[in-house]
Amino acid sequence: MSMPEPVITVRDLEMGYGSFVLMRDLTFTVNRGDVFIIMGGSGCGKSTLLKILVGLKQPSRGQVFHGDVNFWDADVEVRESIQRRFGMLYQSGALWSSMTLAENIALPLEQYTKLGTGQIREVVALKLALVGLAGFEDFYPSEISGGMKKRAALARAMALDPDILFFDEPSAGLDPVSARLLDDLILELRASLNTTIVIVTHELASIFAIGNNSVFLDVEARTMTASGDPNKLLAAPPNPNVHKFLTRGEK
Amino acid sequence: MSTREQSVPLDSRIRIDRYGGDTLAIRLSGDWKLDQGLPSTAPVIREIESRQPVRGVILEDVGIRGWDSGLLTFLIKVVDFCSTAGIPVTADALPEGVRRLLALARAVPARAGARKESGREPFLPRVGSQALSVWRSTRETVDFLGETAIAFARLLRGKATFRRSDLSLLLQECGSKALPIVSLISLLVGLILGFVGAIQLRMFGAEVFVADIVAIAMVRVMGAIMTGIIMAGRTGAAFAAQIGTMQVNEEIDALKTMGISPVEFLVLPRLIALIIMMPLLCAYADLMGILGGFVVGVGMLGINPVEYLHRTQEALTLTTFWIGLFHSLVFGVLVALASCLRGMQCGRSASDVGAAATRAVVTSIVAIIVATAIITFLCEVLGL
Repeated sequence: MSMPEPVITVRDLEMGYGSFVLMRDLTFTVNRGDVFIIMGGSGCGKSTLLKILVGLKQPSRGQVFHGDVNFWDADVEVRESIQRRFGMLYQSGALWSSMTLAENIALPLEQYTKLGTGQIREVVALKLALVGLAGFEDFYPSEISGGMKKRAALARAMALDPDILFFDEPSAGLDPVSARLLDDLILELRASLNTTIVIVTHELASIFAIGNNSVFLDVEARTMTASGDPNKLLAAPPNPNVHKFLTRGEK
Repeated sequence: MSTREQSVPLDSRIRIDRYGGDTLAIRLSGDWKLDQGLPSTAPVIREIESRQPVRGVILEDVGIRGWDSGLLTFLIKVVDFCSTAGIPVTADALPEGVRRLLALARAVPARAGARKESGREPFLPRVGSQALSVWRSTRETVDFLGETAIAFARLLRGKATFRRSDLSLLLQECGSKALPIVSLISLLVGLILGFVGAIQLRMFGAEVFVADIVAIAMVRVMGAIMTGIIMAGRTGAAFAAQIGTMQVNEEIDALKTMGISPVEFLVLPRLIALIIMMPLLCAYADLMGILGGFVVGVGMLGINPVEYLHRTQEALTLTTFWIGLFHSLVFGVLVALASCLRGMQCGRSASDVGAAATRAVVTSIVAIIVATAIITFLCEVLGL
């Protein structure tokens, strides 16, 4: 096996709102090709951590490195050029509601590539086909179901073939079968494009099925209390809270 | 039973008896449903307190016919009081379901500090937090204006990103679609000015000057103000609500993570649309206002139509017209900036969107009136 190549390195990160500290002393590394799970109970700051990683919210202290670049100390231009390599799937999908699915996916392509209109249309068709929405180009987000919105948003997140895909609770609000299909899709993407994937979730089925690395945020300790392969964490839980979380609190 | 003291009736559904030396039995019977109303726990608690020493409380079902959350709410208060007072409670003689729900409700203790402090904050902290929020809002406004200026500069260099189709749609939305309401309002304002003027001028037999009054008032300032206020209420509220909803749906976050500036993508087209359309609407409103005055002058005062138009032409200068257009251009910029700013500042809930729309209209109208005062003063100084 080749040496792990760090894609995201987080050091001594502290986050909070105003004077309220949500989490402190977060230190972990996401390697290329990882399916990295950020897990923890509701309200522990998973989504906030994700926002810090993608550049939507500034941490109160500590560093986030994307490659070798200290993300939050870098200039806005540098940050934007790094962000261009991200794809992000929001909890609600966050498709731009005034545009059709095709326009949603085309926008990043128009922004950052020199492709012509015809070529963009072809790429859009491919991305929609990859998520099982071929033929839905001219639908507006309000005209499709929740699961379809998630998949369309995934197609948009993949538009520029990102190096890292971030997911905020991808399976929230999906039925078990759709959730499973989304998991399969995520694994497929990693296998075929070697995309690094960071997922915020508390769906245990997904965590064990797709995660190969993780960090556990403990809402009581206000810091991370475990990290590593979730299946190994289940086999040998480092502390009772992790055990409780990974076994749904069953005795 | 010989050890029992005499029972005290409280609510007819509750009886409290003493067992042995220091144990109280609270006996419940009858219907315990929410729609029957809940007995107050105060008499029960008073009983417990007055019958010291109490070293144990037994809750007992002696013929409860039906129960729902009503019973639970009552019991939880009693149990909470007892546990605070350090009195052990035995609930074995309650129905199975009640016991389980009682245990469930008390399984997770209330998180300390999670409940919001009620009551008034002391004066100084209130002043402090007000000052901080004013400071934050000022900083946001300055940030926003700066970003918009940078975006505008990028637009002039041809580097700004937004969709041309969005701009066309917005031009239509705040241009041609606003024509009916602008027509109606300006025509009526022209009529009103004509009426009011006519009544005064009639006293001096100078009716013909109605044409001057209407023309100058409409073209110099009223046309612009009326269009400005219409656009603030109509378009400004819409802008704030659109952008606010995008904020709620994380659509703005999605733009940011894609490295697309929301200011360029959302604010610029709206700003351009209003910059282009406001002066046009204003010129149109001027015309409609003059028409309103014409109707009063010719129809009510019997002025010769040609004479009326001639007076209007005499009264108006190109400077007056330009001043009017300048007003409307400034108002266009103000309405666009105020409403987009309020939209961008919108919180993450449905009521925040409503508040954003309201604030957009209020800010726009205040800005319009203040700007009018400033421009009028400057024109005075410049002798225009």
